[in-house]
Amino acid sequence: MSLLSIDNLSVNVETSGEERTVLNGLKLQINPGEVHAIMGPNGSGKSTLAHVVARKPGYSIQSGVILLKNQPINEMEPEEVAQLGLFLGFQYPVEIPGVSNMEFLKASSDSVNKARSKEPESTTDFMKRVRSIASSLDLDQEFLKRGVNEGFSGGEKKRNEILQMLVLKPDLAVLDETDSGLDIDALKTVSNGVNAFRDSSNGVLLITHYQRLLDYVVPDFVHVLSEGKIIQSGDKSLALELESKGYAWLT
Amino acid sequence: MANQSVQDIIDSEKVYEAGFITDVESETLPPGLDENVVRHISKQKNEPEWLTDWRLRAFKSWQNMSPPAWGHIDHPEIDYQEISYYSAPKSQLDGPKSLDEVDPELLATYEKLGIPLHEQAALAGVVQDSKSNNVAVDVVFDSVSITTTFKEKLAEAGVIFCPISEAVQKHPELVKKYLGKVIPQRDNFFAALNSAVFTDGSFVYIPKGVRCPMELSTYFRINERNTGQFERTLIIADEGSHVSYLEGCTAPMRDENQLHAAVVELVALGDAEIKYSTVQNWYPGDAEGRGGIYNFVTKRGLCAGRKAKISWTQIETGSAITWKYPSVILKGDESVGEFYSVALTNNKQQADTGTKMIHIGRDTKSTIIAKGISAGKSDSTYRGLVRISPTASDARNFTQCDSLLIGHECGAHTFPYIESKNSSCVVEHEASTSKVSEDQLFVCQQRGIDAEKAVSIIVNGFCKDVFRELPMEFAVEAGKLLEVSLEGAVG
Repeated sequence: MSLLSIDNLSVNVETSGEERTVLNGLKLQINPGEVHAIMGPNGSGKSTLAHVVARKPGYSIQSGVILLKNQPINEMEPEEVAQLGLFLGFQYPVEIPGVSNMEFLKASSDSVNKARSKEPESTTDFMKRVRSIASSLDLDQEFLKRGVNEGFSGGEKKRNEILQMLVLKPDLAVLDETDSGLDIDALKTVSNGVNAFRDSSNGVLLITHYQRLLDYVVPDFVHVLSEGKIIQSGDKSLALELESKGYAWLT
Repeated sequence: MANQSVQDIIDSEKVYEAGFITDVESETLPPGLDENVVRHISKQKNEPEWLTDWRLRAFKSWQNMSPPAWGHIDHPEIDYQEISYYSAPKSQLDGPKSLDEVDPELLATYEKLGIPLHEQAALAGVVQDSKSNNVAVDVVFDSVSITTTFKEKLAEAGVIFCPISEAVQKHPELVKKYLGKVIPQRDNFFAALNSAVFTDGSFVYIPKGVRCPMELSTYFRINERNTGQFERTLIIADEGSHVSYLEGCTAPMRDENQLHAAVVELVALGDAEIKYSTVQNWYPGDAEGRGGIYNFVTKRGLCAGRKAKISWTQIETGSAITWKYPSVILKGDESVGEFYSVALTNNKQQADTGTKMIHIGRDTKSTIIAKGISAGKSDSTYRGLVRISPTASDARNFTQCDSLLIGHECGAHTFPYIESKNSSCVVEHEASTSKVSEDQLFVCQQRGIDAEKAVSIIVNGFCKDVFRELPMEFAVEAGKLLEVSLEGAVG
């Protein structure tokens, strides 16, 4: 069973009354145990792809089917996709003032468990687990009491996304430019988090501009996205080639 | 009809006079208000002459007053002759004695609000084993108090907690000394009306140096059709004492509007502290704005002595219209006033609420945290006054007003008034307006939380500073109440 299977996906988005095609016949398959990286110039549709698989409102699917763990998700609500096992690490994490990180994580974990007809994790066990993950990401206990992303630095916000991913243990994690805006130490911490997450049963889709992330999280596949479709696929060496040559030679 | 002539009143008196006798048997007065109604209520309560006279003076004042017009609220004129001013179960013995006799709809409401069963029993007026509960409750149905729990246990500590009608009989000296002293009869139209026709409510006296051993709570319920509820609460904390008090309110769903005009007076003497919390959930009317309670309430506390402290916390989710400004007069030097408020309006509800902090003593300090949440087609207004008198040297105030909008058709308004007559004071005001954003909703949904629950989480976070001030037992209840009140707010 593949984790994610996308075939011939075309998507339109309406901005200021005008319909634009943002994905155009995209094809992608991610199997358990694989890490894929998607690179591409600005405006090529990278973040759109992340949003569409997470069923963010505002995108209209024109053709194609998205299968998550063999289930079509084209018509699903965002929370249903999440409950099924898809995690989106946000490029710009949003603040939810007054709702503590711990509280938010528990509500999230409980909702996912409930949807899967599982008992909620006991508060004590849950807090213990979250604290230990937080310290592995160099986040102190005080951090868990603060409002979600409230007054967090850029690095803290990104590490918080990784914390959420490690706590929720999704089947497929889509990380949308999680590396952007990180200094080298934070990049290492985040990468260690992603590597700790990887196993033979789950999958990761990294969306990034820079090959430096791929030095730490080594992908099995690298894809180049341009004008809404994948125009080139390869292994890690493709990322290095892009780094030295840019995108122009492909497009 | 509010401005009817004296002749009209005299005429109507004749009509209603005959009505009394038959209706006395069922102990529900027919609609209408005149001097006889006032006398009748006083007689029902077996009140001493001074109180009957006090009521009549209030009634005369009221006749010459008109309802306030400055609120940011809109409603048809209230016909005060269409309201019944007294309604009681035939006998107090008819009150529910066990859970089985309590209205199942009432029980279902509590279940939905997540109040544990033993607490439900106490709220519904069933006397409980004192070990099972640490909250003493006074229960008011329409115009009478049905039961007060834990009276004996409280008496051991010297605390008086009883219906005000009972206090008039048993502790007349205290009632006479303080009634109407914080809120004079003529304070405003609704206070005058209440002074004339008040029926029941709670009376609390905490003696010198006593820390009240449990939370005190009053549960108000409007039940009868066409009746108004005019309860009156008086809380006196003697020197160095401490009390925490909570009131809860509900009413059944009815198509017509019902009036609730309460008066609450608090007196904190030197070094005393009163913490007064409200969870107001009167029927708000339906989605089209039909029915619901008109909640016109006057609440004021007096910090009478040095270092006295009065703290109001209110969670206002119910009522078609809310008009209330729990206030503190900071008379004692170094006294402290606090106001923490969450006002949530949905559908076509209107709320105009806030506080007044009147600084008179030196080194007095007040804090105002007001959170307004508007959803649907509702309107929520914060109105607050901070007055620093010339005598209030080194007074300090901090005010924070935040509004949260859900959807595109609601409104939020802020009217802060600051009057400072002493240059040594420090007054701070912060305000913000925000919306529950699509992005916040999506983030929650992406983490597996459905949209309705997501709004509730976001709103609860927004209210956190206020919920923190509620007694533990009720903080959870308040959160759940917001969730229930927001049902259908996300389309």
